[in-house]
Amino acid sequence: MGETNKKNDTDFILELEDLHMEFGKVKALQGIDLKIRRGEIHSVIGPNGAGKTVMMNCINGLYYPQKGTIKYEGKKINRLRPYQRAALGMARTFQKVEVFGGMTVLDNIRLGRHIHYKSGILSGSWYKGKTAREELEHRRFIEEEIIDLLEIESIRHKPVGMLPYGLQKRVELGRALALEPKLLILDEPLAGLNLEEVEDMARFILDINEEKRWKITCLLVEHDMGVVMDLSDRVFVLNFGIMIIDGTSAEVQNHPEVIKAYLGEEDLYATRR
Amino acid sequence: MEITEELTIPRLFYEKATFYGDEKVAMREKEFGIWRPITWQEYLDKVKYIALGLIKLGLKPEDKVSMIGDNRPEGLMAEMGALCAKGIGVWLFQDCLMEEVKYIIDHSDTRFLFGEGQEEVDKAISIFHECPKLEKVIWDDPKGMRNYDQDFLMSLDEVIALGKTLDSEQPNLFKELIDQGHGKDVALLFYTSGTTALPKGALLTHYNMLTMGNNLMAVDPRFDSDDYVSYLPFAWIGEQMMSISCGLQVGFTINFPESTETAQANIREIGPHVMFAPPRMYEQMTRTVQVKYLDSSWLKRTCYWLSQKIGYRVANRNFDQKSVSGLMKILERLAYYAVQKKLKDHLGLSRVRHAYTGGAAMGPDHFRFFHSLGVNLKQIYGQTEIAGISVVHRDGDIKFDTVGKPIPETEIKIAEDGEILARSPSVFIGYYKNPEATEKTLKDGWLHSDDRGFIDEDGHLVVFDRSKDVMTLSDGRPFSPQYLETRLKFSPYIRDSWVIGDKKEYVTAVICIDYQVVGNWADQKKINYTSYMELSQKPQVYDLVEKMVSQANADLPEPARIKKFINLYKEFDPDDDELTRTRKLRRAFVENRYKVIMDALYSEKDMVHIDTTITYEDGRQSHIKTDLQIREVPD
Repeated sequence: MGETNKKNDTDFILELEDLHMEFGKVKALQGIDLKIRRGEIHSVIGPNGAGKTVMMNCINGLYYPQKGTIKYEGKKINRLRPYQRAALGMARTFQKVEVFGGMTVLDNIRLGRHIHYKSGILSGSWYKGKTAREELEHRRFIEEEIIDLLEIESIRHKPVGMLPYGLQKRVELGRALALEPKLLILDEPLAGLNLEEVEDMARFILDINEEKRWKITCLLVEHDMGVVMDLSDRVFVLNFGIMIIDGTSAEVQNHPEVIKAYLGEEDLYATRR
Repeated sequence: MEITEELTIPRLFYEKATFYGDEKVAMREKEFGIWRPITWQEYLDKVKYIALGLIKLGLKPEDKVSMIGDNRPEGLMAEMGALCAKGIGVWLFQDCLMEEVKYIIDHSDTRFLFGEGQEEVDKAISIFHECPKLEKVIWDDPKGMRNYDQDFLMSLDEVIALGKTLDSEQPNLFKELIDQGHGKDVALLFYTSGTTALPKGALLTHYNMLTMGNNLMAVDPRFDSDDYVSYLPFAWIGEQMMSISCGLQVGFTINFPESTETAQANIREIGPHVMFAPPRMYEQMTRTVQVKYLDSSWLKRTCYWLSQKIGYRVANRNFDQKSVSGLMKILERLAYYAVQKKLKDHLGLSRVRHAYTGGAAMGPDHFRFFHSLGVNLKQIYGQTEIAGISVVHRDGDIKFDTVGKPIPETEIKIAEDGEILARSPSVFIGYYKNPEATEKTLKDGWLHSDDRGFIDEDGHLVVFDRSKDVMTLSDGRPFSPQYLETRLKFSPYIRDSWVIGDKKEYVTAVICIDYQVVGNWADQKKINYTSYMELSQKPQVYDLVEKMVSQANADLPEPARIKKFINLYKEFDPDDDELTRTRKLRRAFVENRYKVIMDALYSEKDMVHIDTTITYEDGRQSHIKTDLQIREVPD
């Protein structure tokens, strides 16, 4: 892939230490340790029910783990609410798209931008000077950085609910990007897409990770092994709430337990190519 | 302005650009949701630096410079830059496959290739080592280009920077280059789509291009306050004719849409005064209206139906050149305000003074449809070899089965065997590296078109069909399959058709349904399907198509009626060589490819078994095994 991001081996953006999460008797996460380096694409794979989504929910604050710590840029964020974590620069997309179906593409994306608005209700209703300038700056950002990147010019004013699934996924990614996150959690961004859409989405993920403008660290949960191995700097394998291995694509592919627990099920998780 | 043999496109460009300067907008591009203007001065500066940049890179007179990519200002600037540097411009279709790109780049001896962004650069990289003459590939959209380090790649900004340096060293060089040009120099090397064989490169001079534009505008004047939307491929002569031949002479504003998908919406925003498009674009508009009509409420349908009745009545009177009664005029006004005004606005036709169709045959039904809306749609006839067009309808003298009368300085005559011959200052000088083809096409200054036709009692040219396509019916009469095909295509449910019947007992057709329209129809009827193939074979769909075929058959003589038809399991596609890039059917090719189907249509069978392999664009293959039904059309 030519140029690689300059990675500092000890510059971690996110650190999970001994993370535990139980639902009654179900032990979803049993002592997870995961360190994500700034600038990398770090994937999490594992069979259905392995605890991947629970882990993501813990990271972005939908769940609070019973034990263990979550550190974001060196600070403990265990008790922060999701919106507070978003304000720190953490965004996510969902496995099943969670967009506002009745709103237009543009409005959905603008909503993701809301956190960066400085003007209040009063100055907003006046719309002069500083407020107007701020609005224009946000408009420029959304148009030039997001809509252009995701190639959704033609659907700008369409209600999202009317769009095909593949495009809804794109809009959701656009909304997450509007936040200008430092860390982006992508929960199965390729599920339910056709081959062409998968290729587009993979391209977008590489773009936001490598392009100077963005340089976003990505935490990717995905089943499509071909894409995971191609895109990821590191892969974390999870099974029944326990880590099997955390290493580079090559290390993971050759790990006997991974082959047994996960890659062995060729029929289930075969790549599309 | 007088067109002399000395005048060149760059000279005209320089004159216009210095005349208008910063005062007038030369182009507009919709980018990031906003229409951004480019003045003539900015246009001139960019072209100047690109031209000098190319000179710095070693461009010599008559070297070929190719362009590929969507319609955008940079494309036109690159072309103009190449011309100003005394190079020859070559355009490739944006969706050309690798093979075609390789053939044209190699055959034309291209040294510099302008691509748009990553996609074009990828194509160029994969053919670079097979085209030894190709030296530099220049791109302008940086998106996704961060990891490319091939030394033959260069950004447009780098070329411009080279040009700036050269300009500061030799400030008079650009003007000198422009002054050196002569009208009889070759300006463009234009590859024709070729329904039969490999594309041929037609050499067109500055004089060819400029006289053609001048003569066309003698018929239909344009003004520098006009707006024009450029969205059809520059590799199509029609687009060159509008943007360069006409655009430069009057200096109207050329507008570029944001992306291919937004073209229709952007046309509506601009509301162009002039429009030139091949029939398929008008067919698409008709289809959109018909489909929306089917989906709308009872009241709207009634209003539309009434206004159409009025519109058709008025249009027919106009076609017959009879006067329209006072009552009819009032009704027409009513229809205009109630329906047509809004409809035209949605189609982007509200301000159109002249709309042209050409490049392929258009059915009379489509033609009448636009006139019923009050759109001044005209047929034109021409070819790449005559720099665009030679024949056009005159205002108020429009007949939908003709293509009109020759433009000034143009002679048209019919050879003994019925072939259409043309002579004008715009006739090209020959094919590149193909003297045999040149000899066959150009005889004593007459361009042999390979089309058959005749001149009717009013002096209008009627184009029958391509000579080799004209069929002989069972009763010995000649017949044009294209005529029936365009009639079939008036149905929104039919996307493409192929009519067979040359020297056969009866006429048959292969139909490609329109997946979207028929798909919607099937959804409403609660018919389940998973793919094009399955949908096309549904008995209900066959019933639907049969109805359409019967409609097309109506009022045709008995031997010309379609007796049997079949729904094909896929759409015709230029990528499969079934259509040309301008979507003309490549008859010889499909006859060969679908021989099984053709044979079955002329046997007793009511089913044909297909067993074939399809290769997709990305190299994947899939095996198709299916039975296609053959349906007989009752009389």
